[in-house]
Amino acid sequence: MFEKWKSKNRSDMLFDIFNYLLLGIITLFVLYPLYFIIIASFSDPDYINTGQVVLFPKGFNTLGYQKIFEDTKIWRAYGNTIFYTLVGTVINIVLTMMFAYPLSRKNFCCRKFFTFFMMFTMYFQGGLMPTYILMQNIKLYDTPWVMVLLPAINVFNVIIAKTNIQNNIPEELYEAASIDGCSHFQFFCKIIMPLSKSIVAVLVLYYGVAHWNEFMNGLVYLRDEGLYPLQLVLRGILVQNQASADMMADIDSMMEQQKAAELIKYGLILVSALPVLVLYPFLQKYFAKGVMVGAVKG
Amino acid sequence: MNKKVKTKLTVQIQKKVRRDWQLLLMCLLPAIYFIVFHYLPMYGVQIAFKDFYASKGIWGSDWVGFKYFRRFFHSYQFWPLIKNTLALSFLQILVGFPIPILLAILLNQMKNQKFKSFVQTVTYCPHFISIVVLTGMLYIFLSPRTGLINNIIAFFGGEKKFFLGEPGWFRPIFVLSGVWQNAGWNAIIYIAALAGISADLYEAARIDGASKWQIIRHIDLPGIMPTVTMMLIMEMGKIMNIGFQKAYLMQNGLNISASEIIPTYIYKIGLIDAQYSYSAAISLFNNIINIILLVTVNKIAQKTSENSLW
Repeated sequence: MFEKWKSKNRSDMLFDIFNYLLLGIITLFVLYPLYFIIIASFSDPDYINTGQVVLFPKGFNTLGYQKIFEDTKIWRAYGNTIFYTLVGTVINIVLTMMFAYPLSRKNFCCRKFFTFFMMFTMYFQGGLMPTYILMQNIKLYDTPWVMVLLPAINVFNVIIAKTNIQNNIPEELYEAASIDGCSHFQFFCKIIMPLSKSIVAVLVLYYGVAHWNEFMNGLVYLRDEGLYPLQLVLRGILVQNQASADMMADIDSMMEQQKAAELIKYGLILVSALPVLVLYPFLQKYFAKGVMVGAVKG
Repeated sequence: MNKKVKTKLTVQIQKKVRRDWQLLLMCLLPAIYFIVFHYLPMYGVQIAFKDFYASKGIWGSDWVGFKYFRRFFHSYQFWPLIKNTLALSFLQILVGFPIPILLAILLNQMKNQKFKSFVQTVTYCPHFISIVVLTGMLYIFLSPRTGLINNIIAFFGGEKKFFLGEPGWFRPIFVLSGVWQNAGWNAIIYIAALAGISADLYEAARIDGASKWQIIRHIDLPGIMPTVTMMLIMEMGKIMNIGFQKAYLMQNGLNISASEIIPTYIYKIGLIDAQYSYSAAISLFNNIINIILLVTVNKIAQKTSENSLW
């Protein structure tokens, strides 16, 4: 009996050590690349490239950031993305909540129809070319509006909002209010919206991040470079290696240009992810909530 | 008699509309959205069976039947595309599916709350990084000359490699970077499922003297099985539907033999080669395969385990 106890304790202790170790390694594995980008953006490329930047910046400089701040193309794209994110998210929230509320009412006459109407689009889509042709026909192609209207409602997010309303605001509450003459509009504005603050926060987050990171719609539906969102400009610099020539105009030697181009990449990753990374710790508690609400079947 | 039934019905409808008109009004804008941005493109799907000319419009273009489908099935690209798409998907499921489950179980056993929430904060974080930035980071870390990974390889006496230029490395990099980005986030749902397991079970196991390994095997795993099955069904339903963006961004002339998948091909044929009908045909084919897959795996799941999406 005692022997068994001991061996069990030992195996549990072994497990705990193993668990700490493994989770520690996983955390390091996730964190280090991000940390490296930060320290590299302040370092001298010569040290980075020879593997001497490991824990702290070496050869401290801010050349990359200077170049980024001087570049109008990046700032215009940054401004565009802020516009798409703000306007897009407002439209998202209004439409999503407006749709989620009727769908959450059990005795709404067209509830089944609208649910099917919405779910069907998840399984069958028109596809790239028909949508592309349509955008040209309805004159949204190459306008800022395509960026905010095309992703105006996300089916998953409607389900999250609908489920949340169903679970947290009992149907009887409306019945009671309606006896006192409360209409659906009033109920929606005065009861549903104030009581749905946390789910609206989740939606703002999901939609906001989606707009901020949107790449494909810009690639397909925008031609005018002045309308490009940040991600499209980022792709040119990070993936296609086209740090714009005018960014380098004042640097003479090829070597120095090469170095500046590298620092711009590190800096740009940070600058582009900044709004999300700054907000992230504050809003983290809401993130998981959305996933869990959405996971409830039905 | 018939008339009576009809009037009764209209009266009923009128009654309902009068009662629900506000709810109907709230559905109006969303309904318009779905019609314009989702159902109108479905109308355009017919160009897959037509020779689309912009000047003739969708309706006015001539029907050509299954011409473009036949062309796709007989094209030398057909099998490589199917193979690349499926190989990438299966590797993604094989590696990417179990890791979040493992992570959730480990986190669930972690009693140190501070450490636990720190690990969660860190592992969720990459989920919010854009695909463009992720790919940019891959190019930086895997750079053949100066990248961190190659520096490490060189440090241990290995030979530097241009990972993103080798077809053989495309899939592992795609999948592993996906794990890096999403494993933590995908673990949330299992953490929630684990939290839902009754505390009585754990209590009973502890009294019986079960070790942590035994608890994981006999309580945790069976407890989250329904969630696991449901997630696996959803994953299987998506195997022909890998995201376009990452493959497209990671693609270059050197690795194209492995990185050309159906979504990137649809984009190129349609928007770069401007073969609208051909591109629409491939995308319709892909969509139909997807629906068949989803229905099939769901049927299998229903038969074997009572868990299903519908």
